This record gives sequence, C-alpha cells and structure tokens, in this order.
Amino acid sequence: MNLFAQDLLGTPLGLLLSLFVGLGFGFWLERAGFGSSRKLTAIFYLHDFAVLKVMFSAMVTAALGLQLFGALGYIDLAALYVPESVIWPQLVGGLLFGLGFVAGGWCPGTAAVGLASGKLDALVFLLGAGVGSLAFAGLQPHLGDFMHASVCSIGSLPQQFGVSGPIGALVLLAVALGAFVGATKVEQWMARRNQA
Amino acid sequence: MTRPFWNPYAAGIGLGLTLLFSYIVLGTGLGASGGITRIAASAAHAVAPSAVEGNDYLNGYFANGSPLAYYLVTMLVGTLAGGFLSAYNAGRVQLGIERGPTASSGLRLTLALIGGALAGLGARFASGCTSGQALSGGAMLQTGSFVFTGACFAAAFALAPLVKKEWQ
Repeated sequence: MNLFAQDLLGTPLGLLLSLFVGLGFGFWLERAGFGSSRKLTAIFYLHDFAVLKVMFSAMVTAALGLQLFGALGYIDLAALYVPESVIWPQLVGGLLFGLGFVAGGWCPGTAAVGLASGKLDALVFLLGAGVGSLAFAGLQPHLGDFMHASVCSIGSLPQQFGVSGPIGALVLLAVALGAFVGATKVEQWMARRNQA
Repeated sequence: MTRPFWNPYAAGIGLGLTLLFSYIVLGTGLGASGGITRIAASAAHAVAPSAVEGNDYLNGYFANGSPLAYYLVTMLVGTLAGGFLSAYNAGRVQLGIERGPTASSGLRLTLALIGGALAGLGARFASGCTSGQALSGGAMLQTGSFVFTGACFAAAFALAPLVKKEWQ
C-alpha cells in the first residue's frame, strides 16, 4: 500500500490509518508496563530490563518481517521512509535525549501513555518536550552545517559491512537473544543481592 | 483491581507487528516527538504568529494550513487513546504523580519538566526519538539509529546515579 510513497499520508485516509497505528502503539506500550516511569527507569538501576526486552523484541520482529516481505517482493524496502543517518546530530541528540529520559522518566511515546494513565508528571514532561522542541527551532538557524555533519555517507549497517539486509536482520536477532540472556542474568543477580 | 503487565517479549512482538503494519500500510514507522513538536508550534503560533512563521524550522509546518493536519499528530492522538484503553481495561488509570518513596512531588515535577525539555531538544537534533529513531530506524537497520540509541542509553546510565532519589 505505502501511503508515503504515494504522498497520501496527509489525506483523510492517511490521517485515519495513522490514528489506527497509534492505537496499537499506545496499547502495546501500556501492556508492557510503559505507562509507569518507575518501570521505565528501573533499567538504569539494573532491576528490570523490560525496556531492553520490549524494544529489542519489537525491533527484531519488525526487522525480520520487513526483510522477509522485501525478499519475497511483497514490499519495496527502498520506497519506505527511513530517517536519514546523520551521525553527529544524532549522537548529540541521543546524549541529550538520554539525560532527559532518566531525569524526566519518560520518552515522548511513553509519556503519552503515562498521561492517558493519569500521571501528572507525564503531562509536565510533555509540556517540557514542547518547550525543548521550540528551543531547537530557535537554535537551528545558528547551527550552520552541524545538522548535516556526518562522518561519511553511511545508510544502513548491512551496507556498511557489505552484507545483505536479511543477514543484517539475523545478526540483530542473534545480538538480541544474547542481550536477553545477559539482561536476565543481571536481573537475577540484583534480586539475590537485594535479598541478602 | 490492577492486572499484571504482560510478558515483555510478548508485548515486544505485538509492538513489532504494529511497527511492521505501519511500514507496510503507511510506508513509514512509528513516531511520537514529531507530533509534540507540531502541537507546540501550533500553540506558539496562537501566541506569537509572526515569530513562528518567521522561523526557518517551523514555517514549513504552516505552508499547507494547520500544522496539526499531519499523520504524526493523529498517530500521537491514537497513542494516547490506545494507552488509555489498555490502562482502563487493566484497572491502571489513576490520577497521581509517580515517584520514588523518598522523592517529593516538587522534585519529581521539576525534573519531569527539565527532562522533557532535554528530550524534546535532543529528539529534534536527532530527527526522532525512541520511536522514530531507535525503534523504526533500528528495524530498518539504520546506522544513525543505533548511534542515537547507544548515545541515549550511555547518557542515561551516566546520569542515573545522580537522580536515584527520584526513583528508588
């Protein structure tokens, strides 16, 4: 279907289907427990790695599905919208975002779910995020070429390492499975330590 | 009666199928920060229209009428509604300020505001947040998405000991 490629995302159909996708997004985040900022930040104190488990499972599920459908010719992966890799602003953005995540207790999507669960701190976080967005808009004219500063023209990791997309998705699966085992070990170790 | 959260792997697979559906139907992944930016721009426009229209970053939002008639805005509304349906169904809708046992509401809300501002600023530097960059870009194996995710977790782990009182 790919509404983006047909420039139809802004039509009533596109807006409605996006609302529908959002319903699923919010539902799964809440089911995972991500309407709770203490649950989200517990990973940074090594008590609960649900953030890693949920994010990695979701990423791997979608990556395998995309590569499979792409290989079968059901979808054209090249026609999808993907954020352009621009390394330096994404590194700086990631650092700022991480500070905001642990201090504020939310990220934008989970804050929406937190607000829907009645959390006033999520509302305050969202107000802050709006202010931060506007601050960037004020700053942007002074950033010069920084927003286009990349180390080289690199798109995806499989391209980078000269392997196919499906191989890249399988490597991601292997890394995720390793991370799940490691995270569970750390959780068990922390639980034993807290009992002692 | 509050029901327990679902198994993280099961919830993750559900979330991944939603992301896959989004890519197939919409041709793009999930996003949350973009909707927030547009709502903020719309609110700022109501107060200071000329300043917003004169800004290079924001003026494009107003080129085709309202900045709110955009797929990421309706997706954010959907996220709120989906979160509410799930929370209500599980008996988890409760008005309050979530914080650690020794943290005051004032501390929690102050850090929520500062944290929100940093996250909002960072998301615009990175052109996306945990949904648009980490999840959606990660599923397409984008190099910049993994740089963003790595930097995000590194910074959060580094700051975590200093804000421990807020949570633990």
